[in-house]
This record gives sequence, structure tokens and C-alpha cells, in this order.
Amino acid sequence: MIPGVLLYMMLVAPPVAGWLEGSMVGHVLVQIPLLALAGGLFARGVSGGRGSALAGFNAGGILGLLVAVFAVTVWMLPRMLDAALRSALVETAKFTTVPLLVGAPLAVSWPLLPPVARGFVWANVISHAAVLGWLYSVAPNRLCTRYLFDQQATLALLLGWGGVAIVGAPQTAQSTRRA
Amino acid sequence: MLAASAAIAAGLAVLAAVTDGFRAATTEGAWRLAVTERPRPLPDATFLDQSGHAFRLSGLRGRPVLVDFFYTSCPTICGLLASQFQAMSDSLAERSRGREVVLLSVSFDLERDGVTELADYAARLGSDGRIWRIARVNAPDELRDLLDAFGVVVLPDGGGGFVHNAAIYLIDAQGRLAGVYDPDAAERAIAEATK
Repeated sequence: MIPGVLLYMMLVAPPVAGWLEGSMVGHVLVQIPLLALAGGLFARGVSGGRGSALAGFNAGGILGLLVAVFAVTVWMLPRMLDAALRSALVETAKFTTVPLLVGAPLAVSWPLLPPVARGFVWANVISHAAVLGWLYSVAPNRLCTRYLFDQQATLALLLGWGGVAIVGAPQTAQSTRRA
Repeated sequence: MLAASAAIAAGLAVLAAVTDGFRAATTEGAWRLAVTERPRPLPDATFLDQSGHAFRLSGLRGRPVLVDFFYTSCPTICGLLASQFQAMSDSLAERSRGREVVLLSVSFDLERDGVTELADYAARLGSDGRIWRIARVNAPDELRDLLDAFGVVVLPDGGGGFVHNAAIYLIDAQGRLAGVYDPDAAERAIAEATK
């Protein structure tokens, strides 16, 4: 719980928030995932990873997973990234909902998900990273008005390679173990 | 099952709300949609054109105006906009109703684009100063209000130039911002302006 709170306090500090939001990569691939991680660490600390308080509603972790998927989809919209930079209200909503509606439900639900569902989630994460990367790379215009075109291109590249890395990491680990 | 269904319904409702009914995922897309559905008033800015003539936006009321924003030393998208405005100027000159339409290119580089630079730029592109006027505003405050009203975001590119969203904007005969079109959609912009 404490690591989550500390991480959150660091992320919400204006110099850190401003620095991360200064680039599209920092905003999308660092700040938002770390906010989710902070929420996840906090929730794990509170619930002990069992999700007991919501167990009745969150059978098999499906409800928590759905909440997290919809919440993260909202914060991946280019117009929401722009709005967070433009409006203090939207920025506050981001700092509230990403930990509470992405990180926390995911952390509580993940242990409850059957292996097939976890595989399904990973497959979706990888394919969405690749599709988003492709969309960002082929878009003729800047999708976020607050970021430069080269930042969009860098994000596209990192999303694409991120997908490859997620696929490749377990294979590499397996090969290393066999060797 | 019921909770999951409710989560899906709520999630779709939120997504619909933040994308204007799944129609706009970007700020620019949302802006274009909003302008088309609800034309909005513009500040009555004072411009200085390539001939050094001052005029106000309200002075153009009664005629549709197609506007773009540029800077003369732009190495990228402004060139495409300029070629579109050249083509539109030629096309409008040939139409009887076309002569009612005004083309207005507005520089946002107040430091480098004076009347001399605008005149050179206009001569290079064949802007006649009647159908197509190349202009700037004088005061930074006025420029900021104008850019805000048109939804134009201008960012320094770190190399002395600017990055900006490029589009063709339609001001209707009532002086309201009524449409935003892609830089290569000149024909559509003309069709909307002359209908």
C-alpha cells in the first residue's frame, strides 16, 4: 500500500507531472501506466490481492477487467490527452480515475482471472499496442494538437516495439531457462 | 453477469460521451464537428494586408470567407495550403458567384512577417489582393484571441519555426465560423462557401 501511495505522490508532484506530460511518450507510456501501477499497488496492499470486498460482484475478475479496459480506452483517446493538458478538471479526473478505475480493479481482478482470460488480455494488449502504433505512424496529421509530430512518430515506434518485446520476452526467458 | 453487463453499458456510455457519439477521437475532429453543428462568433480582429491596407473582419460580413493560417517561412504544410488557395483563387475568379467569396491567408508569425514579407509572398503566389488577401494582425493579444477562436494551436518547433494544425476555415456570411476542412479539401470548401 505504501509503495503505491509514494509512487502516486511522486507522480502528482507538479514538476514530475509537468516533465512527463512534456512529451507524448512520457504522458502515454510512462505517466499513465505508472498511475495505474500506483493504484494497483495500493489496492493490492488494501485487499491483500484477494479482492474480497468485491468478490461477489467480481466473480472471475471479469467486472474489474471490464472497468479497467473501458477506463484505459478513455485515457488513450488523443482528445483526452489534449484535454488533460488544457483543463485542470480533466487532469484531476485523470489522476483520480487511472489509479482507481484502471490500476486498482486490474490488480484485484488479475489473480481471479482464469489462465485463458489472462492470455486473452495479453493478446489484446499486444495487438492494441501494434494497432495504435500503426495508427499513430500512418496518421497524416498530429493526433494530439499539444504534441509535435516527431513525438507522435516516436510513440508509434515504441508502441510497435513494445508489442514485439511483450511477445518476445517470454520466448527469450524460456530459451534462457532451457540453455 | 448482471454486473458485467452494467459495466459494459456504462463503459460504452462514457466512451460515447467523450467521443461525441463515437464520431471524434481527436481534439481536431471534435472541433470540426462542433463548429459544423453550431457555428460560432469570431472576434472582430483588425488585419493589415499585403498592400498595407487595414481592414476589420466585420468589414467582410455579408460574404463567405475562406481562411487559412500560415507563416511565410514555413517549410511544410503551409505550402500545400498556399497551392490550394492559389487553385481556389483561380477557380473562384471563373465563377459568377465565386467573386462573392473572399480568401484570407493570415500569418501568425508577427516577428518575421511584416507587410513587406507578405507582399513578397503574395507576389510569389499570385495573390491579387481582391479575391485572395494575405494579411496579419498587429497585436499579439489579438492574434491569440483569433487563434483561440479558430481552434488553431501553434507550437514552436525548436528550430525557429512552428508546428500548427492546418485547415481551411469557412466564415459564413453572418461572420461566424461555420466549417473546418482538410488542407486538401479546397473543392469542398468552395462548394460550402458558394452554396
